[in-house]
Amino acid sequence: MPAATQETVETTIVDAIAKLGPEPEQVTRDATFESLDIDSLDLVEVAQIVEEEFGVVLKGEDMEKLNTVGDAIDLVVARAS
Amino acid sequence: MRTDGCALVTGASRGIGAAIAKMLAAEGWPVGINFRTDEEGANSVVDEIEAAGGQALTVQGDVADPDAVDSVFAELEQRFGPVLVLVNNAGVRADDLSMQISDDEWEHVLATNLSGAFRMTRRALKGMMRARHGRVINISSVVGGVRGNPGQANYAASKAGLVGFTRTVAAEVARRNVTVNAVAPGLVETELTEGIDQQKFIDAVPARRAGTPQEIAAAVRFLASEDAAYITGITLTVDGGLTA
Repeated sequence: MPAATQETVETTIVDAIAKLGPEPEQVTRDATFESLDIDSLDLVEVAQIVEEEFGVVLKGEDMEKLNTVGDAIDLVVARAS
Repeated sequence: MRTDGCALVTGASRGIGAAIAKMLAAEGWPVGINFRTDEEGANSVVDEIEAAGGQALTVQGDVADPDAVDSVFAELEQRFGPVLVLVNNAGVRADDLSMQISDDEWEHVLATNLSGAFRMTRRALKGMMRARHGRVINISSVVGGVRGNPGQANYAASKAGLVGFTRTVAAEVARRNVTVNAVAPGLVETELTEGIDQQKFIDAVPARRAGTPQEIAAAVRFLASEDAAYITGITLTVDGGLTA
Protein backbone atom coordinates (compact mmCIF):
# COMPACT_ATOMS: atom_id res chain seq x y z
CA MET A 1 0.00 0.00 0.00
CA PRO A 2 1.61 3.34 -1.05
CA ALA A 3 2.11 6.09 1.54
CA ALA A 4 -0.70 8.62 1.52
CA THR A 5 1.18 11.82 0.73
CA GLN A 6 -0.31 14.95 -0.83
CA GLU A 7 1.12 13.83 -4.17
CA THR A 8 0.00 10.19 -4.17
CA VAL A 9 -3.46 11.02 -2.85
CA GLU A 10 -3.90 13.84 -5.35
CA THR A 11 -2.89 11.61 -8.25
CA THR A 12 -5.24 8.83 -7.16
CA ILE A 13 -8.23 11.11 -6.52
CA VAL A 14 -7.77 13.20 -9.67
CA ASP A 15 -7.43 10.05 -11.80
CA ALA A 16 -10.49 8.49 -10.17
CA ILE A 17 -12.60 11.60 -10.73
CA ALA A 18 -11.40 12.05 -14.31
CA LYS A 19 -12.57 8.51 -15.10
CA LEU A 20 -16.09 9.52 -14.03
CA GLY A 21 -16.60 12.07 -16.79
CA PRO A 22 -14.80 15.41 -16.37
CA GLU A 23 -11.80 16.30 -18.52
CA PRO A 24 -8.58 15.75 -16.51
CA GLU A 25 -7.59 19.44 -16.78
CA GLN A 26 -10.88 20.43 -15.16
CA VAL A 27 -10.08 18.38 -12.05
CA THR A 28 -8.12 20.94 -10.04
CA ARG A 29 -7.91 21.32 -6.26
CA ASP A 30 -10.34 24.24 -6.34
CA ALA A 31 -12.91 22.60 -8.60
CA THR A 32 -16.18 21.85 -6.81
CA PHE A 33 -17.82 18.47 -7.22
CA GLU A 34 -20.95 20.30 -8.30
CA SER A 35 -19.10 22.04 -11.15
CA LEU A 36 -17.59 18.71 -12.21
CA ASP A 37 -21.03 17.07 -12.12
CA ILE A 38 -19.76 14.53 -9.59
CA ASP A 39 -22.67 13.18 -7.54
CA SER A 40 -22.90 11.22 -4.29
CA LEU A 41 -22.71 7.90 -6.10
CA ASP A 42 -19.58 9.04 -7.94
CA LEU A 43 -18.01 9.96 -4.59
CA VAL A 44 -18.74 6.48 -3.28
CA GLU A 45 -16.77 5.09 -6.22
CA VAL A 46 -13.90 7.47 -5.47
CA ALA A 47 -14.06 6.47 -1.80
CA GLN A 48 -13.75 2.79 -2.72
CA ILE A 49 -10.66 3.48 -4.81
CA VAL A 50 -9.16 5.50 -1.95
CA GLU A 51 -9.89 2.64 0.45
CA GLU A 52 -8.23 0.11 -1.86
CA GLU A 53 -5.18 2.32 -2.43
CA PHE A 54 -4.59 3.79 1.01
CA GLY A 55 -6.77 1.83 3.42
CA VAL A 56 -8.65 4.98 4.40
CA VAL A 57 -12.36 4.38 4.92
CA LEU A 58 -14.67 7.30 4.07
CA LYS A 59 -18.31 7.13 5.10
CA GLY A 60 -21.26 9.00 3.61
CA GLU A 61 -21.22 11.58 6.39
CA ASP A 62 -17.56 12.35 5.64
CA MET A 63 -18.29 12.92 2.00
CA GLU A 64 -21.32 15.13 2.59
CA LYS A 65 -18.95 17.77 3.94
CA LEU A 66 -16.71 17.80 0.89
CA ASN A 67 -17.15 20.63 -1.62
CA THR A 68 -13.95 20.63 -3.64
CA VAL A 69 -11.40 18.15 -4.93
CA GLY A 70 -8.89 19.74 -2.52
CA ASP A 71 -11.23 19.02 0.44
CA ALA A 72 -11.22 15.35 -0.48
CA ILE A 73 -7.42 15.20 -0.87
CA ASP A 74 -6.86 16.95 2.47
CA LEU A 75 -9.31 14.68 4.29
CA VAL A 76 -7.67 11.50 2.99
CA VAL A 77 -4.16 12.75 3.81
CA ALA A 78 -5.30 13.76 7.32
CA ARG A 79 -7.03 10.43 7.94
CA ALA A 80 -4.05 8.45 6.73
CA SER A 81 -1.55 10.17 9.01
CA MET B 1 -25.60 -10.03 -23.59
CA ARG B 2 -22.22 -8.86 -22.37
CA THR B 3 -19.19 -11.10 -22.58
CA ASP B 4 -16.91 -9.21 -20.19
CA GLY B 5 -18.37 -10.49 -16.96
CA CYS B 6 -20.24 -13.31 -15.33
CA ALA B 7 -23.22 -14.31 -13.26
CA LEU B 8 -23.16 -15.60 -9.69
CA VAL B 9 -25.97 -17.65 -8.21
CA THR B 10 -25.86 -18.38 -4.50
CA GLY B 11 -27.19 -21.70 -3.29
CA ALA B 12 -26.97 -23.08 -6.82
CA SER B 13 -26.21 -26.74 -6.13
CA ARG B 14 -29.87 -27.77 -6.37
CA GLY B 15 -33.47 -26.65 -6.64
CA ILE B 16 -34.34 -23.18 -7.86
CA GLY B 17 -30.70 -22.01 -7.73
CA ALA B 18 -29.52 -24.83 -9.99
CA ALA B 19 -32.32 -24.11 -12.47
CA ILE B 20 -31.40 -20.40 -12.52
CA ALA B 21 -27.71 -21.14 -13.03
CA LYS B 22 -28.42 -23.44 -15.96
CA MET B 23 -30.76 -20.95 -17.59
CA LEU B 24 -28.30 -18.03 -17.25
CA ALA B 25 -25.54 -20.24 -18.67
CA ALA B 26 -27.79 -21.05 -21.63
CA GLU B 27 -28.11 -17.28 -22.17
CA GLY B 28 -24.32 -17.15 -22.56
CA TRP B 29 -23.25 -16.05 -19.08
CA PRO B 30 -20.30 -17.80 -17.45
CA VAL B 31 -21.83 -18.74 -14.09
CA GLY B 32 -20.46 -19.12 -10.59
CA ILE B 33 -22.20 -21.99 -8.83
CA ASN B 34 -22.04 -21.10 -5.15
CA PHE B 35 -22.73 -23.82 -2.62
CA ARG B 36 -22.29 -24.30 1.11
CA THR B 37 -22.07 -28.06 1.64
CA ASP B 38 -23.43 -29.88 -1.42
CA GLU B 39 -20.27 -30.06 -3.50
CA GLU B 40 -21.54 -33.07 -5.42
CA GLY B 41 -24.68 -31.19 -6.46
CA ALA B 42 -22.69 -28.12 -7.45
CA ASN B 43 -20.30 -30.23 -9.53
CA SER B 44 -23.15 -31.88 -11.34
CA VAL B 45 -24.63 -28.45 -12.20
CA VAL B 46 -21.25 -27.44 -13.66
CA ASP B 47 -21.05 -30.71 -15.62
CA GLU B 48 -24.50 -30.14 -17.07
CA ILE B 49 -23.70 -26.56 -18.07
CA GLU B 50 -20.40 -27.56 -19.67
CA ALA B 51 -22.02 -30.47 -21.50
CA ALA B 52 -24.44 -27.95 -23.00
CA GLY B 53 -21.53 -25.79 -24.18
CA GLY B 54 -21.59 -23.25 -21.35
CA GLN B 55 -19.06 -22.14 -18.76
CA ALA B 56 -19.36 -22.57 -15.00
CA LEU B 57 -17.26 -22.78 -11.87
CA THR B 58 -18.12 -23.99 -8.39
CA VAL B 59 -17.42 -21.49 -5.60
CA GLN B 60 -17.79 -22.78 -2.06
CA GLY B 61 -18.89 -20.36 0.65
CA ASP B 62 -21.58 -19.94 3.29
CA VAL B 63 -23.31 -16.62 2.52
CA ALA B 64 -24.04 -16.27 6.23
CA ASP B 65 -20.29 -16.05 6.86
CA PRO B 66 -19.06 -12.46 6.37
CA ASP B 67 -15.55 -13.75 5.66
CA ALA B 68 -16.70 -15.97 2.79
CA VAL B 69 -17.89 -13.17 0.51
CA ASP B 70 -14.54 -11.91 -0.69
CA SER B 71 -13.13 -15.33 -1.49
CA VAL B 72 -16.22 -16.26 -3.49
CA PHE B 73 -15.93 -13.09 -5.58
CA ALA B 74 -12.14 -13.22 -5.92
CA GLU B 75 -12.21 -16.77 -7.26
CA LEU B 76 -14.92 -15.96 -9.76
CA GLU B 77 -13.56 -12.60 -10.89
CA GLN B 78 -10.17 -14.13 -11.57
CA ARG B 79 -11.66 -16.68 -13.94
CA PHE B 80 -14.58 -14.83 -15.54
CA GLY B 81 -14.25 -11.09 -14.78
CA PRO B 82 -16.65 -8.95 -12.77
CA VAL B 83 -19.95 -10.28 -11.52
CA LEU B 84 -22.58 -8.43 -13.56
CA VAL B 85 -25.52 -10.62 -12.60
CA LEU B 86 -25.96 -11.58 -8.95
CA VAL B 87 -28.79 -13.87 -7.92
CA ASN B 88 -29.23 -14.04 -4.15
CA ASN B 89 -30.97 -17.36 -3.95
CA ALA B 90 -29.34 -19.14 -0.98
CA GLY B 91 -32.00 -19.66 1.63
CA VAL B 92 -32.81 -21.75 4.66
CA ARG B 93 -35.83 -22.22 6.83
CA ALA B 94 -36.29 -23.25 10.46
CA ASP B 95 -40.05 -23.35 10.92
CA ASP B 96 -41.96 -23.11 14.15
CA LEU B 97 -44.65 -20.95 15.66
CA SER B 98 -43.21 -17.59 16.70
CA MET B 99 -43.41 -18.38 20.39
CA GLN B 100 -41.31 -21.49 19.82
CA ILE B 101 -38.61 -20.02 17.58
CA SER B 102 -35.24 -19.99 19.36
CA ASP B 103 -32.75 -17.16 19.05
CA ASP B 104 -30.52 -19.44 17.00
CA GLU B 105 -33.31 -20.35 14.61
CA TRP B 106 -34.16 -16.68 14.18
CA GLU B 107 -30.56 -15.55 13.68
CA HIS B 108 -29.60 -18.38 11.35
CA VAL B 109 -32.47 -17.71 8.95
CA LEU B 110 -31.95 -13.94 8.95
CA ALA B 111 -28.16 -14.31 8.61
CA THR B 112 -28.45 -16.48 5.52
CA ASN B 113 -31.53 -15.16 3.75
CA LEU B 114 -31.18 -11.44 4.45
CA SER B 115 -27.71 -10.49 5.74
CA GLY B 116 -26.09 -12.86 3.25
CA ALA B 117 -27.91 -11.18 0.37
CA PHE B 118 -26.89 -7.76 1.68
CA ARG B 119 -23.19 -8.61 1.85
CA MET B 120 -23.13 -10.31 -1.53
CA THR B 121 -24.93 -7.33 -3.07
CA ARG B 122 -22.63 -4.80 -1.43
CA ARG B 123 -19.61 -6.61 -2.84
CA ALA B 124 -21.12 -7.11 -6.30
CA LEU B 125 -22.16 -3.47 -6.68
CA LYS B 126 -18.51 -2.37 -6.71
CA GLY B 127 -17.89 -4.10 -10.02
CA MET B 128 -21.33 -3.27 -11.41
CA MET B 129 -20.92 0.45 -10.71
CA ARG B 130 -17.58 0.47 -12.50
CA ALA B 131 -19.00 -1.49 -15.41
CA ARG B 132 -22.05 0.78 -15.55
CA HIS B 133 -24.12 -2.34 -15.87
CA GLY B 134 -25.54 -4.83 -13.44
CA ARG B 135 -28.44 -6.98 -12.39
CA VAL B 136 -29.19 -8.01 -8.83
CA ILE B 137 -32.06 -10.42 -8.39
CA ASN B 138 -33.12 -11.39 -4.89
CA ILE B 139 -35.16 -14.52 -4.43
CA SER B 140 -37.84 -13.52 -1.95
CA SER B 141 -41.02 -15.52 -1.40
CA VAL B 142 -44.75 -14.96 -1.36
CA VAL B 143 -44.28 -15.86 2.32
CA GLY B 144 -43.22 -12.56 3.80
CA GLY B 145 -42.75 -10.88 0.45
CA VAL B 146 -46.51 -10.72 -0.12
CA ARG B 147 -48.38 -12.51 2.70
CA GLY B 148 -47.88 -14.29 5.98
CA ASN B 149 -47.70 -17.98 6.74
CA PRO B 150 -48.07 -19.37 10.26
CA GLY B 151 -44.93 -21.16 11.44
CA GLN B 152 -42.52 -19.12 9.31
CA ALA B 153 -42.05 -15.82 11.14
CA ASN B 154 -38.27 -15.89 10.75
CA TYR B 155 -38.42 -16.92 7.11
CA ALA B 156 -41.16 -14.38 6.36
CA ALA B 157 -39.24 -11.60 8.09
CA SER B 158 -36.16 -12.39 6.01
CA LYS B 159 -38.11 -12.52 2.76
CA ALA B 160 -40.04 -9.31 3.52
CA GLY B 161 -36.72 -7.72 4.42
CA LEU B 162 -35.42 -8.64 0.97
CA VAL B 163 -38.30 -6.75 -0.64
CA GLY B 164 -37.50 -3.52 1.25
CA PHE B 165 -33.81 -4.02 0.60
CA THR B 166 -34.50 -4.54 -3.11
CA ARG B 167 -36.55 -1.36 -3.45
CA THR B 168 -34.03 0.78 -1.61
CA VAL B 169 -30.89 -0.39 -3.36
CA ALA B 170 -32.71 -0.14 -6.69
CA ALA B 171 -33.34 3.55 -6.10
CA GLU B 172 -29.72 4.10 -5.03
CA VAL B 173 -28.03 2.64 -8.09
CA ALA B 174 -30.56 3.08 -10.90
CA ARG B 175 -28.58 5.84 -12.58
CA ARG B 176 -25.68 3.45 -13.14
CA ASN B 177 -27.72 1.05 -15.28
CA VAL B 178 -27.83 -1.36 -12.38
CA THR B 179 -31.23 -2.85 -11.67
CA VAL B 180 -32.25 -4.57 -8.46
CA ASN B 181 -35.37 -6.70 -8.38
CA ALA B 182 -36.91 -9.54 -6.43
CA VAL B 183 -38.73 -12.66 -7.49
CA ALA B 184 -41.31 -14.07 -5.10
CA PRO B 185 -42.00 -17.73 -5.78
CA GLY B 186 -45.10 -19.41 -4.45
CA LEU B 187 -45.14 -23.13 -3.78
CA VAL B 188 -42.34 -24.72 -5.80
CA GLU B 189 -41.32 -28.36 -5.77
CA THR B 190 -37.82 -28.42 -4.25
CA GLU B 191 -36.08 -30.01 -1.29
CA LEU B 192 -36.76 -26.84 0.70
CA THR B 193 -40.50 -27.48 0.54
CA GLU B 194 -40.22 -31.19 1.38
CA GLY B 195 -42.18 -32.09 4.45
CA ILE B 196 -44.69 -29.31 3.89
CA ASP B 197 -48.27 -30.47 3.46
CA GLN B 198 -48.25 -29.64 -0.24
CA GLN B 199 -51.84 -30.67 -0.95
CA LYS B 200 -53.11 -28.05 1.49
CA PHE B 201 -51.25 -25.39 -0.46
CA ILE B 202 -52.05 -26.74 -3.89
CA ASP B 203 -55.76 -26.49 -3.04
CA ALA B 204 -55.17 -22.76 -2.43
CA VAL B 205 -53.34 -22.23 -5.72
CA PRO B 206 -55.66 -21.20 -8.55
CA ALA B 207 -53.37 -23.01 -11.01
CA ARG B 208 -53.94 -26.20 -8.92
CA ARG B 209 -50.32 -27.28 -9.02
CA ALA B 210 -46.93 -26.41 -7.58
CA GLY B 211 -44.52 -24.42 -9.70
CA THR B 212 -41.30 -25.81 -11.10
CA PRO B 213 -37.80 -24.43 -10.49
CA GLN B 214 -37.62 -23.70 -14.22
CA GLU B 215 -40.66 -21.42 -13.98
CA ILE B 216 -38.91 -19.35 -11.31
CA ALA B 217 -35.67 -19.37 -13.30
CA ALA B 218 -37.48 -18.02 -16.35
CA ALA B 219 -38.55 -14.94 -14.38
CA VAL B 220 -34.95 -14.44 -13.24
CA ARG B 221 -33.67 -14.83 -16.79
CA PHE B 222 -36.03 -12.08 -17.91
CA LEU B 223 -35.02 -9.69 -15.12
CA ALA B 224 -31.35 -10.38 -15.93
CA SER B 225 -31.86 -9.60 -19.61
CA GLU B 226 -31.42 -6.38 -21.56
CA ASP B 227 -35.18 -6.38 -22.13
CA ALA B 228 -35.70 -5.67 -18.42
CA ALA B 229 -33.36 -2.65 -18.32
CA TYR B 230 -36.14 -0.27 -17.22
CA ILE B 231 -37.57 -2.54 -14.55
CA THR B 232 -36.10 -1.95 -11.12
CA GLY B 233 -37.23 -2.19 -7.52
CA ILE B 234 -40.09 -4.58 -8.21
CA THR B 235 -41.03 -7.92 -6.76
CA LEU B 236 -42.20 -10.26 -9.48
CA THR B 237 -44.57 -12.84 -8.05
CA VAL B 238 -44.48 -16.28 -9.67
CA ASP B 239 -47.08 -18.25 -7.81
CA GLY B 240 -49.80 -19.71 -10.05
CA GLY B 241 -52.21 -17.09 -8.75
CA LEU B 242 -51.75 -17.90 -5.03
CA THR B 243 -51.70 -14.23 -4.10
CA ALA B 244 -54.01 -13.06 -6.89
